[in-house]
Amino acid sequence: MTPSSSGASPAAAIAAAPVVRGRVARRGKHGWITPAVLTGIALLYLAGFLLVPLIAVFVQAFEQGAAAYWRAITEPDARSAIWLTTVVFACVIPLNLAFGIAAAWAIARFEFRGKHLLITIIDLPFAVSPVVSGLLFVLLFGAKGWFGPFVDAHNLQIIFALPGIVLATLFVTVPFVARELIPVMTELGPEQEEAALVLGASGWQMFWRVTLPNIRWGLLYGLVLLTARTIGEFGAVSVVSGHIRGQTNTIPLYVEILYNEYNFAAAFAIASVLTGLALLSLAARSLLRTRV
Amino acid sequence: MGAGGRTRTGVLPGFGLTLGLTLTYVCLLILIPLAALILKSATLPFDKFWQIATTPRALASYKITLLCSAVAATINTVFGVLVAWVLTRYHVPGKRIIDALVDLPFALPTAVAGIALTAVYAQNGPIGRYLQPLGINVAFTPLGIIVALTFIGLPFVVRTVQPVLQAMDPEIEEAAESLGANSRQVFVRIMLPTLAPAAITGFTLAFARALGEYGSVVFISGNLPLKTEITTLLIMTKLEQYDYAGATAIAVVMLGLSFSLLLVINLLQAWGRRWET
Repeated sequence: MTPSSSGASPAAAIAAAPVVRGRVARRGKHGWITPAVLTGIALLYLAGFLLVPLIAVFVQAFEQGAAAYWRAITEPDARSAIWLTTVVFACVIPLNLAFGIAAAWAIARFEFRGKHLLITIIDLPFAVSPVVSGLLFVLLFGAKGWFGPFVDAHNLQIIFALPGIVLATLFVTVPFVARELIPVMTELGPEQEEAALVLGASGWQMFWRVTLPNIRWGLLYGLVLLTARTIGEFGAVSVVSGHIRGQTNTIPLYVEILYNEYNFAAAFAIASVLTGLALLSLAARSLLRTRV
Repeated sequence: MGAGGRTRTGVLPGFGLTLGLTLTYVCLLILIPLAALILKSATLPFDKFWQIATTPRALASYKITLLCSAVAATINTVFGVLVAWVLTRYHVPGKRIIDALVDLPFALPTAVAGIALTAVYAQNGPIGRYLQPLGINVAFTPLGIIVALTFIGLPFVVRTVQPVLQAMDPEIEEAAESLGANSRQVFVRIMLPTLAPAAITGFTLAFARALGEYGSVVFISGNLPLKTEITTLLIMTKLEQYDYAGATAIAVVMLGLSFSLLLVINLLQAWGRRWET
């Protein structure tokens, strides 16, 4: 492919190396054809799998005009789906955020037996299929489940209701924050926190004034990942929701229902809202990655 | 657990509180539900379990799932290395945006990905319409499953290989070249051995993710039993028929597969780290 590189005398290359380094030297040797071809193939691949589907969502969403789009995202069923997802979000985020911080503190700051086992257990939900994750809670709280009789006796509704959706979403999103924070906290080391304590700060003062400001970017990054999955979770929620229109449909489930009713324009209209959120999330990740 | 809790200086507070919270949470949310699944399947007599888990329909679904996941992960490995290479070594306009876009499959809800890919690869879709005259039908065939699984696994290899490439000193390649190696030798002898652990880890992560995937596949696959029915869809179908025993048995098979892969991933990552030092 590059006859010039094998043809050039090694002595000349060595002599030239200290003077013309890096990119200039490389371009001179390889020419521009290989990079151009490789870049072209890579961009085609990304376009076919990422860019074209992304554009397709918005094209399909506005196919019947802006008025139809607005109707689709403001009709009562859509609003109830948006409300349900908001409620789920409000339940899941604080719990998994608090868990992530607590787990990271215990794991990154202390030595104890079984630490690696604990890390593996925290990561387990990532290895479990979303559908199986949903099934776990049906087996626990469903009519024939472990706690089924208890749930019935107390007239509770967990499966095919909000608590089931929250539990399934909690399960699939457990690892996000802990996973981001453990390496960040380990890297920071305990010195600043120890200094604060030695100078007389209480534990909570140390946490709010030293630990939290130090881990803020990592925490925010974890929060962005947690948010995206919480809003978008489909498989696990699908198993426990029961798909009751206007009651137990989160936004992604509502998209599925519209799509299966051949109401494509409305399905893509709702999907475009989720896609917009996903793009915001990507922008946030990109900005945060330079800081973490 | 719990014995210990030492830091180096021993002044940091909150060990008991945070570890206690962590263990309680993990028990309630992860361990008890997983135990429920395994114990539930244990209440089935083994021959009954085996019978449910190995019906022709179940076997066909394992085959389709494993095969499509493997093909998708392979596509992701080849192109993932290429994308990582282009992004780290070449000047590409809009590199920051392209790099951010690679994470789209992690951010986009799977149901949205599913309907978007179906729209694009259907016979009248913007890409499907050019494949159709070539005799390639993507939507509602196994090819559709592969497309969906390639989409959701796309970031893994890029993200595992990228840091290795960034850490690699181009001067090593230049040294090899100046000593007379041609570009193929540089690639095979220097690039491949360095990138292999990261690429294999990325492959396994993408493969594991693909095995359990549901949302992005169901719209594009056509969902024909024995032909385009993946295992997670079969579990879903059994649940909708209130066949909890059937769903549980197949879910346990799936879980066994996922956990073995998790073990492989952990071993691979340990191997990758050893390579670095």
